[in-house]
Amino acid sequence: MAKPKEVTDNDFDKEVLQATKPVLVDFWAPWCGPCRMVAPVVEELADEYAGRVEFVKLNTDDNPNTAVKYGIRSIPTLLVFKEGKPVGQIIGFRPKSDLKQRLDAVV
Amino acid sequence: MVEERHYDIVIIGAGPAGLAAGLYAARARRRTLLIERKVTGGQIALTALIENYPGIEEVDGFELGQIMQRQAEKYGMEVAYTDVTSLERRDDAVHVIHTNEGDITAKAVILTGGADYDHLGVPGEERLTGKGVSYCATCDAAFFKDQIAVVVGGGDAAMDEGLFVTRYASKVHVVHRRDELRASRILQERAFANPKMDFIWNTVVEEIEGGDAVERVKLRNVITNEESELDAAAVFIFIGHHPNSDFLKGYVKMDGGGHVFVNDWMETEIPGLFAAGDIRVNSARQVVSAAGDGATAAIRADHYITNAFRE
Repeated sequence: MAKPKEVTDNDFDKEVLQATKPVLVDFWAPWCGPCRMVAPVVEELADEYAGRVEFVKLNTDDNPNTAVKYGIRSIPTLLVFKEGKPVGQIIGFRPKSDLKQRLDAVV
Repeated sequence: MVEERHYDIVIIGAGPAGLAAGLYAARARRRTLLIERKVTGGQIALTALIENYPGIEEVDGFELGQIMQRQAEKYGMEVAYTDVTSLERRDDAVHVIHTNEGDITAKAVILTGGADYDHLGVPGEERLTGKGVSYCATCDAAFFKDQIAVVVGGGDAAMDEGLFVTRYASKVHVVHRRDELRASRILQERAFANPKMDFIWNTVVEEIEGGDAVERVKLRNVITNEESELDAAAVFIFIGHHPNSDFLKGYVKMDGGGHVFVNDWMETEIPGLFAAGDIRVNSARQVVSAAGDGATAAIRADHYITNAFRE
């Protein structure tokens, strides 16, 4: 299973904003229960969308600047970036079928 | 994904009631499937600290749900994550569970769908959800470090979560529509003793305002009708719950609030259909009582299958 790469405040620009493919960013923190439920679903999606969409995760405790920049006030939040801009947002835990629907709509 | 389609016992909802039912059903050597549409643990998955489950002094709610699941899986319970859309009982006494991923059949079904938090239903609430409006302090409180938060409600959840918010926020205003709390004494004592918490009595939230994020709430005193505004970056809402029984309307008997009627054995009026935990009438709405309900329902379902299917 494809483990989404951990990105940070330092490499967010390079890994997400300058990426050629759409990127789904999983904003999470270790203390957040629902985030721990989202993680395996995101891993499954990473497999299914391999080659089409990049999947990364960002720890909001360790990387507050990026979380603040994108107005993250609730986690888990999934943000989809295309050509450096957020094009889709999913807040809170959602079943996989919902996530696929939302992802298909924007990529 | 659901691999098998035929089970002895299907349990709908993976909160403490469903997880306990799963443990007992699996240990009775019944082929058991637990169906969940969101998160294992249900409401406790969003609870920071549980300190009233006997035998466990304190535990993270999400962790307790995970442990309960592992414990039941050890005896063979299976878990599927999908949405149940409706139920029916065939003439041969077999229950059919219609899901988003096809039909599943079972000799007995235990409803453990629990309850979901209520919304205030005020302007701004939906638009600003995830932008300062929250129903989960343990998920979101950390984003409001040194900021002002409002907690709406006066029950256990409001106090528990409000106390959690004080770890981060500079101030927590509790807005409650009555002049006293419904929360348990111990939580009241802690809340009143916390210097960061203050209480705005007899007051309701009329509107949540803000551009990209919550900036303030409009309040109204229910006795004087006086309106006021309060600056806040976050609004945590804990005003109660409603049972997740919409998909059962017209199928099984419920009270006006959507709680399923059961007898002392957790039996509904439909043979082989049980209900346990927060979804049933007269639930104490505690982890320990839900788990007890689940065990009762599973034991009874096991007996029912033996008798009804002449096994």
